[in-house]
Amino acid sequence: MRVVKAILSHPSGRIGGVIVLVYLLVALLGAVGLTPHDPLMQYRIDRLHAPTSSYWMGTDLFGRDVMSRLMKGIGQSFTVAFFSVALATLAGTVLGLTAAWFGGRWDTVMMRFMDVLLAFPAILLALLIVTIVGPGTWTSVAAISIVYTPIFTRVVRGPALSLKARDFVDAARTFGSSRSYILTRHLLLNLVAPLTVQVTLALAWALLTEAGLSFLGLGTQPPASSLGLMLSDARNLMEQAPWLLAFPAVAIMLSILGFNLLGDALRDILDPKTRRA
Amino acid sequence: MSYVIRRLRAFPLVLIGVSIIVFIAIRLVPGDSITAMLGTEAGLLTPQQRDSLAVYFGIDQPWPVQYWRWFTGLFSGDLGISVTYGKPVLSVILERFPLTLELALLAMLIALSIGVPAGVFAATRNERPADLGVRIAAMIGQSTPSFVVGLVIIYILSAGFGVLPTMGAFTPFWQDPLQNLGQMILPAITLGCAFASSVTRVTRSAMLDVLSDDYVRTARSKGASERSVIWRHALPNALVPVVTLSGIEFGYLLGGAVIVEQIYALPGLGRMVLEAILQRDYALVQGAVLFIALNFMIVNLLVDLAYAALDPRIRLEGR
Repeated sequence: MRVVKAILSHPSGRIGGVIVLVYLLVALLGAVGLTPHDPLMQYRIDRLHAPTSSYWMGTDLFGRDVMSRLMKGIGQSFTVAFFSVALATLAGTVLGLTAAWFGGRWDTVMMRFMDVLLAFPAILLALLIVTIVGPGTWTSVAAISIVYTPIFTRVVRGPALSLKARDFVDAARTFGSSRSYILTRHLLLNLVAPLTVQVTLALAWALLTEAGLSFLGLGTQPPASSLGLMLSDARNLMEQAPWLLAFPAVAIMLSILGFNLLGDALRDILDPKTRRA
Repeated sequence: MSYVIRRLRAFPLVLIGVSIIVFIAIRLVPGDSITAMLGTEAGLLTPQQRDSLAVYFGIDQPWPVQYWRWFTGLFSGDLGISVTYGKPVLSVILERFPLTLELALLAMLIALSIGVPAGVFAATRNERPADLGVRIAAMIGQSTPSFVVGLVIIYILSAGFGVLPTMGAFTPFWQDPLQNLGQMILPAITLGCAFASSVTRVTRSAMLDVLSDDYVRTARSKGASERSVIWRHALPNALVPVVTLSGIEFGYLLGGAVIVEQIYALPGLGRMVLEAILQRDYALVQGAVLFIALNFMIVNLLVDLAYAALDPRIRLEGR
């Protein structure tokens, strides 16, 4: 509750929070199918129709309603972003915590492996994974989560190492607290703040990567819709039908902007040391 | 100097790790490479022909042997043969690389020459409307994917001015520098846009930190002009994080070039990787990914070393 209040009193938190909430709502509506039209239905007579009262955002080359496809696409993009960031957070937290706690060889091997993953530019690693598994929604999820796991591992390991050396952890050990109790109660709970910030910013990056992969034709496959795919389809038609470019472009930008603003606000609120950039 | 030595020692280890991942990744692709290479014609091969092809490409050997051959081959520049081009992978990569390198360097130049002044400008007007304006612009720039920037630029050019960015025949820099820059400027702006925004943000926040330091107050109190305080005293120190950011981002620029080269139909390394993936030219994908990762690692190493040289605290501090 305190955090929510703080977000609301932070200018970029307020704007980012509202944007994210609106998107979550749209994504939910899109995911359950509550769209103005069937996103796959081809209204052949109304091909490439400019926005009207019945097609608020116009129609595409096949006469499909752009707004419905956009809503469905936002649902799709958010599903990929959330699943991939959730997986990366889980894997990164487990690896980072255990690396910090056990130290020694496990720590060395783990962190070297993370260095290796970090040696690939993100989109390239994602491309490599897509090459192996073939394009698709769940490939995108796997690729994006593998790309972000090393980042979460580092975010967790650093603070976990310093927490491990703190007196209250020693005290807990002397009292006979179990290892899992210390790990979850004392270490993990204290890591919630930095993790929250990282998760929010990672969601922005995941949306960006998903859109990029789909744009290249390696993410979500047609006829399903995703924001990147819609833009890629708009490429050759944008002079005749600029709405095909405008709406998905603004939709992608705003969604990433929302998470970036919220992440910045959370960093200001939860980590007083860093200055607002 | 222990930090530098540690970084240098880790380098070959990470390189071996990267090569193992690339090697295994390509072998996890379903189907064998002979079928991938010949497509449906592979069905016409007799078992003997298949075996002799396997021997020829060395894929009859167990993985560790294959890996060892491939890895030792790397040192003599032997990355295998590209099926689509019918040429050694290395020569295909080296043909395409200059364009991508130029694109990344131009993008970086654009980003730094916009981002640093904008960051300084915002920091010296902290919390005033001008600062807010710069921050909003930077936030929007950072949230806009390069393909959105690229498509919007192309749309404005074609719908507003009836021109299209030159596509197709590409002129290398050494043939005609002016024409080359004319072809590269829009892709470079497209690629550099998000980067310019992060440079602005980092410069601004580093400048704000430095401007509140004691030595800046000393400089002011001994009567240095505001201009000299900002550009001579404060900025050089504020640039340390910008150097780090530039190094890290440079690797992303090399990777991000995939999308920009695709939009502007530029025959660079990124577009080549994409085509190689779609055409299942595994030797080329393998070689190119390794090549880009190696570049990324070298840049990161140089940045770390530069950082250690700029900031003695890094050098002396333990792990």
